[in-house]
Formats: sequence, C-alpha cells, structure tokens
Amino acid sequence: MDYLHDLNAFLPGIIVAVAGLIALLIDAYKDDHDGIYGLAVAALGAGLILAVMDMFGPVGEAFSGMITYGGVSAFGSTVVLFGSLFCVLISREYLKAVEHDFGEVYAMILFATTGMLALASANNLVMIFVGLETMSICLYVLAGLIKDRKTGAEAALKYFLLGAFSTGFLLYGMALLYGATGSLSIPEIARQASSDLLFVGGGGLLLVGFFFKISAVPFHMWTPDVYEGTPTTITAYMATASKSAAFVALIVIVSKMIPAETADWSNVIEVIAIITMILGNIIALVQDNMKRMLAYSSIAHAGYLLVGLAAGTPEGYSAVLFYLLAYSIMNIGAFGIVAYYERQQGLDFTDVNNYAGLGFKRPIMGVMLSLFLFSLAGIPPLVGFFGKYLVFAAAINAGMIGLAVVGVLASAASVYYYLRPMVYMYFREPHKDVPFVQAGMVYKTTLIVLAVMTIYFGVAFGGLHDLLSSYYTGNWVAFLGN
Amino acid sequence: MQLLLNICIYLPLAGIAAILVSRNDKATKWISLLTTGVTFLLSLLLIFNFDIANSGTAQFLTEGSPVLAGMDIKYLIGLDGLSLLLFMLTTLMGPLVILSSWDSVNKHLAGYYSMLLLLQTASMGVFASLDLIVFYVFFELSLIPMYFLIGIWGGKGRIHATVKFFVYTLVGSLIMLVGLIYLGYDAGSSLQGYVFSTDWRFLSSGAYQIGLVEQTYLFAAFALAFCIKVPLFPFHTWLPYAHTEAPTAGSVVLAAIMLKMGTYGLLRVCLPIFPNAFVEFAPYMAALAVIGIIYGALVAMVQKDVKKLVAYSSVSHLGFVVLGLFAVNVISVQGALLQMINHGISTGALFLIVGMIYDRRHTRMIEDFGGIAKVLPVFAVMFMVATLASIGLPGLNGFIGEFLILNGAFHSEVIPQNAFVVFAALGVILAAVYMLWMYQRVMFGPLKHKVNEKLQDLNAREIGILVPLVILMFWIGIRPVDFTQYSEAQVNNLLQASEEKRMAIKQSATIGELPEWTSAFYDVTDELALQPKNR
Repeated sequence: MDYLHDLNAFLPGIIVAVAGLIALLIDAYKDDHDGIYGLAVAALGAGLILAVMDMFGPVGEAFSGMITYGGVSAFGSTVVLFGSLFCVLISREYLKAVEHDFGEVYAMILFATTGMLALASANNLVMIFVGLETMSICLYVLAGLIKDRKTGAEAALKYFLLGAFSTGFLLYGMALLYGATGSLSIPEIARQASSDLLFVGGGGLLLVGFFFKISAVPFHMWTPDVYEGTPTTITAYMATASKSAAFVALIVIVSKMIPAETADWSNVIEVIAIITMILGNIIALVQDNMKRMLAYSSIAHAGYLLVGLAAGTPEGYSAVLFYLLAYSIMNIGAFGIVAYYERQQGLDFTDVNNYAGLGFKRPIMGVMLSLFLFSLAGIPPLVGFFGKYLVFAAAINAGMIGLAVVGVLASAASVYYYLRPMVYMYFREPHKDVPFVQAGMVYKTTLIVLAVMTIYFGVAFGGLHDLLSSYYTGNWVAFLGN
Repeated sequence: MQLLLNICIYLPLAGIAAILVSRNDKATKWISLLTTGVTFLLSLLLIFNFDIANSGTAQFLTEGSPVLAGMDIKYLIGLDGLSLLLFMLTTLMGPLVILSSWDSVNKHLAGYYSMLLLLQTASMGVFASLDLIVFYVFFELSLIPMYFLIGIWGGKGRIHATVKFFVYTLVGSLIMLVGLIYLGYDAGSSLQGYVFSTDWRFLSSGAYQIGLVEQTYLFAAFALAFCIKVPLFPFHTWLPYAHTEAPTAGSVVLAAIMLKMGTYGLLRVCLPIFPNAFVEFAPYMAALAVIGIIYGALVAMVQKDVKKLVAYSSVSHLGFVVLGLFAVNVISVQGALLQMINHGISTGALFLIVGMIYDRRHTRMIEDFGGIAKVLPVFAVMFMVATLASIGLPGLNGFIGEFLILNGAFHSEVIPQNAFVVFAALGVILAAVYMLWMYQRVMFGPLKHKVNEKLQDLNAREIGILVPLVILMFWIGIRPVDFTQYSEAQVNNLLQASEEKRMAIKQSATIGELPEWTSAFYDVTDELALQPKNR
C-alpha cells in the first residue's frame, strides 16, 4: 500500500502531469483549444483544492524521502497552483486576442507546474534539480511564444542561455555538497553540515543557482528582457508561480540544510537582499514600459522576500511564505490588467504614456489596477502591506534593524513608480479616443476575485499567518528532528 | 455606545457603496451629504454621553481579540480627552466640505465624493484608534484619497504637488513603521504571554519603561513622521504645493484634519511613551517651532496668491501648536489641543472662503480683487470674522489658544529661554500684518476691476457652510471652558504620569551601561539612582 500513500502525497502534481499529457494528445489529434483550456483549468483547480486540504493535514515524507508533504510543501503547492490557475484563467482570452493562442501553451504550463510542485515539495537535491529543470525548460518554451517578434526570440534565447548557465552553478553546488557529505538527501546533508570549504562552497554555488531563478541582484539581468518579450499573462505566471516554487525550495534549503553555524549565510543573504532592493527599485523608477517596470518591481520584491530569509528565524520563514501568496495575488492582478489594456490595442500598448486617461474609461479596471499597485507599494490595509510588515518585523526582531531601514526606504522610493501609472490613468487627459471592448466574464471575475483577496488578506491575515507559524513551531519542526 | 462609534467611523464606507450602486450624479451628492450629516449627528450623541470626569480613560471602547497568535495587535478604538474634540471636528467638517463642493466640482462626481468619504473614515479612524498598528493603518489609508483628490481635481501643478505630498509623507511614516515594530517587540518582552504589543494603554502606562538609548532613536523615528505631517519647519516644503493645488474641499480637510494627525501623534505617542526623549528634545523642537512661526509668517506676507498665503499661515499656526506641546505643562498642552481645533475651524473657514471667491472669479490673485467689500457685503463679514479669528483677536477662538500656549511656554520648565516665547509672540503680530494687509487689498479700496462689479454675494448654501464655523469661533472665544473641559483631566493625568515615568526611567538607568552621549544628554548621574524612588 506504500505506493498509494506516496501517490496520494504527490496527488496534485500527478493530476497536473497527467492532464498535461492528455492536453498534448488532444492537441495532436484535434484543434480543440477550448477543450485543452477546460482540462487545464479543471486539473489545476482540482490540484489547488487538494493542496489547500493538505495544508491542514499531516506532514511526512514520501517516495523514500524524496519529497515531503503537508506543511510548508502543501502551502508552497497551494501558492504555485493558485498562481498557475489564475494565470491560465486570464491567458485564454488574452492569447486569443493577441493571436498567439496555441494548444501547447496549456500543456507547457501544466508541465511547468508539475516541475514547480516537485520543487516546492522536494526533500532531496535530485528532486530539486528535476523540478527546477522541468519548470525551466517549459518556461524557456513559453518565453518564446511570440516567435514572430524580435523581443520574443530575444526573451527565449536570453532566458535559455542564462538559465542553462545558472543550472551549471546549481549542479556544481550539488556535486560539491555530495562530495562533502556523501548524500543528496536534504536532512542527511543537514546532519553532516560542517564549515569546511567543500561544504560551504557547495552551499554557496547552490544559492547562486537559486538567486538566478528568483532574479536577485546581481543575477537579475535576464528578468526585464524576458518579462518584456513574453506574452503578458505568461509573464505573470513566470513572475509568481515559478518564483514562489523556487523560494519555497530556497526556504527549505536555508532553514534545514545549511545551518547558520557552518558559515555566515545570513550575512550573505542580507547583502544580496540590500542590493536587490536598492537596485530593483531605483532602476524601476525610470522605466516607461509597464512590463519592464513590473519586472524591476518583481526584482525588488525578491529583495523584500530575502529580508525575511536573512532574518533566519521561524518567524522570518513564515513571513516569506505569507509574502509569496501576497505577491502572487497582487502581481497576477497587475499583470492581468496590463494584459487587458494590451490585448485591446496590440502588443505595443505597454508604454505608460498610453495609459493617459484610461482610468475613467474603464473605471473598474482602473480602480483594480490602482488597488494592486497600492498593494505592491505596501499601503495598508492591503495584503502587500502585511506581507512587508511581517518580513520587516522578522528582520527587526532578529536584530537586523539596518536591513529593515534600508528596506523601508527602498520601498518608499518604490511608491514613486507605482504611482506613475495612476498619474497617467487619472491625472492626464487621454491622447486619442482608444476603443475598448468589455472583458469577458471569466477574465473580469478572475481579476475581481484577486482584488477581493487583496483586501481580504490585508484585513483578515491572522488565521493564515498563524497557520504558517504553526508549521515552524508545531509538528513540522518535530518532523524535521527525526 | 461602542457600536455607535464604529457606526460613525464606517458609515462613510456604506455611503461609498451606495454611490457606486446609484450611478447618478445628483444622488451621489445627496448620499454623501446624508452619510456625513448622519455621522455628525451620531457623533453628537457621543459627545453628549462622554463622561468628562473620566476623560483620562478611553470611552466607547471596542476591543477585538489579537489578530496574530502571541502578538498583542488588536482592533482597539475608543475616544478619550485627547481625541474627542478632534474626532468631533472631523465629523463636523465632513458635511461642510461636501456642501462646499456642491456646485464647484463637475467632473467624475462618483469618484470625488467616494474619495471624500474614504478620507472621512480614515481620519476618524486615526483619532479613535488606540492600538498603534491600527493607528498606522488609518494614518496611511488617509493618504490614498488625498492623493487622488489633489491629483484629479486639483489645479495646474497638481501632479507634482500630489506626488510630492504622497512620497514625502510616506517616507516619514515608513520610518515610523520600523520604529513601531521595534517598539512593539520591546514592549512585548515586558508583557506576560505576548511577544509583541502595540496597545497604547499599556505602552503609555508606567508599567512599560523603555531604555534611554532606544528612546532616543524611537523618538526620532516617530517624531520625524509626525513633523513631516504637521509640517514643522524644515519639513514643510510639500505643504504649499499640496494646499495650493488641491481643490477647496481637499485643502480644507488637509488643513483642518490631516495636519492635526501630526500634532496629535506627537501628543498621543511621543509624550507618554518616550517621556525622557520628549523632554530633552523639547528645546530643539521648540526652536524649530518658533522658526516655523516666524518663517511661515514672513513668507505668507509676500504671497500674491490668497490660497498660498493661507497655506503658509498654516505653517505659522502649527508652529504654535508644536511649541505648546513641547512646553510640556498643563496650560500649554491644553492650549495646543485647543489651538488644533481653532486652526481647523478658522483656517478651514479661510480655505472655504477662498474657494467661494475662486468659484466666482476663477482666480485667487490678490491683485485681481480690491474693493469687493461693496459688492459682496455678506462675504466681507464672514471673511472678516475668519481673518480676525486666524489672527487671534480677543473674543475669538484664536486668541484663547495662542494665549494659553504663550502663557504655558512662559512658565515652562523644559524650555528655559523666554526668547522663544518673545519670538513666538512676534509671530502673532506678523499674523496681523499679513492677514489684515491681504484683507485690505482684497476687500477695500476702489473697485479696480470691472468684472468684479457683477459678482454675486454668498447664496444660502454658502452661508450655511460658514455660519456653524463662525458660531464656533465666537463660542470658543467667549466660553473656551466648554471645550477645554473635555481634555482637562486627561492632560493633567498624562503629564503627571509621563513625568513620573520619566523620573523612574532616569533613576533606574545605570551610568555604566549607557553610552556616554546618552548619560550626558539625559543628565543621568549616579546620585540620581540613590534618591528615593517616586513609585
């Protein structure tokens, strides 16, 4: 009966993977994009429900210790599936409108999601590598979706080359860790943690690989170009789901595998966090293209997330987890509305100048974009504020007041560029009469749900936060110990 | 009664929902007027039921359960002597600003009134909240509607003005947030069963004593945020832009209510929680306040734009409030509290009046007027009363506030130099100079411009807006005790408790453990610890 137990532990991933295979088959025989889209939504939705249920369930290991389930893994899977589901929901209408709707898109998203789920629940370096690569290769394909344009080709190639490069670092790090400890299992490596060069070098290279994936400075170079060249809803998917998966794995590695005693990891992460926050926010100030602006903003947000990680306390880890959900909600929302404006006018409509006067033209969309941008800027009582609050609180409680001060100053600067689209939308007169059609029911509802979540989790964040903390204070830690 | 307070705070939100459903310009105006009017009437019930003898304890208290496990952050609102009058001022200004925009705002009405209502909720929330995190949330929330009010319905330079306003204020409050989190953890460590606490009642009590070094930094972090909001010289540069470019209603709310959040924060947070730092920094803050008084007055004198003149006069008047707070005695603090209300009433009225003349002539330049007293007799009377109140003519409200502040500052133990008071009093004279000179150039003399001959005098709606304010100016001027009574007991308690706490913290500090600058700055000596403890 062990299989059943194991399969059950990874059920969301299996559902998504099987759905991906079926989607490929359907696409090969029939040109039925609606069917594939429906299948993808159903699979991701079913996976999401299962993952949410797992959050409250028991924790343990499966597949001979290759993966963990429940607790942080379950929450990571939830965030990933949430991001994937909402991105797929808005992708259909957008891709159809910009005439790049291929059946493979959904199959690729499903496979990438499988990889992310593996990454989020990995308990072994091999699993991390397999998950990361499954995810990345599908994302390389998705990045090049607009293949008839230079930017699309540039995005795919750049992403692929730099991604492959970073994989090299990652793999090298794993090899060194294996050399140092003779094992690839994360708990086993943790037991043999030491401060000799082999181990520290391996851990460092592993971190570099992850810093690429989460686009922390100075490993962020690919992000703006890739985000710009990729279809907007897919960008949202990359920016949220893949980042969340990588971050969950990073939390596991930092919290379990490379203990602070072996080397000053916390300082390394602190420095990276500081330069990421500063650089991301400063460069974002001068961006005129909404997608590039959001790309740099996502770099800055990686910085805030690293602040929680640098704190190195259970409080910090649970803050990062909360932030991942917050970040996914508001970022998908913001990209979704950028995509809405863009699909009306073609792919070049992302310049902020084009947004002049749009706020009154489509009031609901304008209000929602403002809401998501205010949330990204960290204005209470929206979810982004409490995400930021929790990570900075963790840093302050860990004695890193300087880090927190840099963080809040950087986020004060960020307000300027988050306000800019609103300045154009509301404070400037429209250039010319831009015709707009109504968004479809699904599209609109998806965005409204996101907007409601932005407010809801901003006001009633307590329950979720307590659940996340309990992973570190309750049974989850006990499970780590054995 | 606690339900009533909550209804007051959130009723405007219901108004927004109704506006969004109605989608009708006329209905929008009436809904806004109705919700703010009802809010004001309900708040009257609050003030009638307020137990004056017990003004030191928060009344109409709503206490939620902690929102995070192990952290004492909870929804905690109530009114006490410090906040009651400011709360009432907010609810009073609500219907007045809505009436003032009745005919003058014509674009995007639903958005405009929604923003005003949201601002109303946020402002009431700021004054009523007793948990510092809740306070912070409302404090920040008030920025969003003001940002849009200035940005969409403002004048020519509105974009620059509103972005500057937003970013400037936010920088201050984010630094305050870091301080707030640190404070919360520090307080939590001295509270059983929690790791974090921002309950004002605990923080301000003698049970929580914060070390001298921490106090210095935390005071700086909080005071910076509040001083930007006030704005205290030299943090005032956002104010003239924001005031000048804002629509009339925006200027009124900004002057009457939002600036008070800063001075209110200084009194509510900085004094009882960081008493040592408050007292030691007092001379410096008082110096800035006096510079602000003189500087604001001098700059106001040379303005050509009436609205800008009123804006700079705000800098000057708020300087008095800050001076009163940092004189730290009962008379001056009472004066400062009263002066906050006074400034809200008289400057609010002045901005309303400037808005009314702007609606008629679409200019605010002094040189475009002259001699219009003959054409607009009712307007001239209202303008005169508001001007005199702002100057501080005895018999009107401004005089009482300034007199109490100067009187208190003169006897103050923490501001050793009487020069401060002398210069501050000079500010009163300067106020008379710039206000009366402006009034004379606008209202008296020959009628210079032909267009001005056809100006319509105030209509019933406009008179209705100004009359309540004029009544209050006289009422406070003649019977100030009707207003000061609400805060008297609390100010007494607060100052006494803070002084005791200050001495206790000083006595328990040991010289060896403190950095040298701290013991020098706070005057900590070995003998102090040997003296009999107060408590």
